[in-house]
Amino acid sequence: MTKLPSLYYHRARLEIRLLLRNRNAVVFSMLLPVFLLFIFGSVFNKTKLGNTGVSFDQYFVAGLLASGLLYSAFQQLAIGIPEERSNGTLKRLVGSPMPPSVYFVGKLAAATFTYIFQAIALLAIGHFSYGIHLPGSVSLWLDFVWISALGLAASALLGIAFSNFAKNGQSASALASPVVLFFQFTSGVFFVYANLPKWMQDVAAIFPLKWMAQAMRGVFLPKLFASQEVGHSFELPKAAVILGAWTLAAALICRFTFHWLPKNET
Amino acid sequence: MAAIEIKGLTRRYGDFVAVSNFDLTVTAGECVGILGPNGAGKTTVVEILEGYRHRDGGDVSVLGLDPAHPTRSWRQKLGIVLQSASDLNELTVREAVEHFARYYPMARDVDSTIELVGLTDKATTRAANLSGGQRRRLDVALGVVGTPELLFLDEPTTGFDPEARHIFWGLIERLKHEGVTIVLTTHYLEEADALADHVVVVTKGRKVADTTPAGLGSRSQNLVSVRWFEHDELKEQRTAEPTEFVRELAARFTGEIPGLEVVRTTLEEAYLELVNASEQ
Repeated sequence: MTKLPSLYYHRARLEIRLLLRNRNAVVFSMLLPVFLLFIFGSVFNKTKLGNTGVSFDQYFVAGLLASGLLYSAFQQLAIGIPEERSNGTLKRLVGSPMPPSVYFVGKLAAATFTYIFQAIALLAIGHFSYGIHLPGSVSLWLDFVWISALGLAASALLGIAFSNFAKNGQSASALASPVVLFFQFTSGVFFVYANLPKWMQDVAAIFPLKWMAQAMRGVFLPKLFASQEVGHSFELPKAAVILGAWTLAAALICRFTFHWLPKNET
Repeated sequence: MAAIEIKGLTRRYGDFVAVSNFDLTVTAGECVGILGPNGAGKTTVVEILEGYRHRDGGDVSVLGLDPAHPTRSWRQKLGIVLQSASDLNELTVREAVEHFARYYPMARDVDSTIELVGLTDKATTRAANLSGGQRRRLDVALGVVGTPELLFLDEPTTGFDPEARHIFWGLIERLKHEGVTIVLTTHYLEEADALADHVVVVTKGRKVADTTPAGLGSRSQNLVSVRWFEHDELKEQRTAEPTEFVRELAARFTGEIPGLEVVRTTLEEAYLELVNASEQ
């Protein structure tokens, strides 16, 4: 028998290999942010936001990175887990002596891998083809890393929690995709957050995507732009607290609702 | 020593009683066949033993542990081949076997496991591209890779052609020789006859027979079928006393009884008789 860290490693490798063998996942999930940048970038190419000199593209990239966290962790797990619950993957695993944490580590690894792929593709293509400015200091890159890590943790756990409420992959997809779209419209991804109606801002501010997008703007937009934010700041510490709280809440929901078998097979 | 001990097992799904007051003892090293028509409750019983489903009543011990509270070390001694599986599609045979081998402390060698199930030629084929029979053999490979003490096979050959079924039986025979305790559910009587040391017949959630395959045949009340022609019509009479019946029949004819046949009931007929009787 293999030791736990080694089981984590092998399960993570297996999940990533499976991901790469699924061409739909590679194209739609990993390259979706790049497609969106291409479409929006073509429409709003030179649009500047007010008199800040910041292009909509630059604003949009921060929102797309935040969306990438939802695509790669939340959506991927919210759809993938019910699919594996209905096709018997989970039943086989829970009937084996696999320690349960191995499964979740594998899923988290696949989400992280997808996100890293998305982010690299988005930033490279954004930088070279759309003139997106990259962070100019180590401390900004470090901010990018912790925002990504915390965002992945919150999104992944919310995805696992969400997975408990769908019967199979198809119904999960029908449930999860509109949720992601709704938050993209209301959280400052497709539209500038400060320009949204107050009530919409208030609703979005309860949920993680708004904070992920705003924190990403703190990394990718000039410091001066902070004055254009609703709170006149990118509020990174507040974003950390709110994302941390969502991570904990989601972990608790998972703790009490996660099930390996379809409800009618227990 | 008993590998499995079940007393008064009961399971309901809403108002439907799927398993009722079911008792069973399986001795270590034997192969028990659980037979019964579709919906008889076979899978419910087996999945309770595997620690998947909960029960509403009764005492159950599997390898000394109550399966309602499975532990990791208990799972290491179990091999499970579920009734249907559509997972693992994008993995090759070797990748799947290699991966599951890691979870067991006493795993078999990966290549010899693949050889045991006869998939050496298909080791680098993805599960999605295997035939039904090959796919089932991969499931068995994953069931045995951990060197289980107890192996569950839930309808392992459903949908097989006769040749594939015979190859599969050979595989199970080899596992039996290794001393693995096997719980086999099937609705093929000849399968139980070929493999099981001990058969249990279940209908409507109740055990209606617990015997050997040979014992099942001799349980029939009307063991022998006597056929003959009378008034240009084929007649048939099932009887437990064929000699007496033929003697009476002979008295009605002068000379030979036309088309006389005396046939001992097959296992299949005995089984169907048992199932029909208990379903009425």
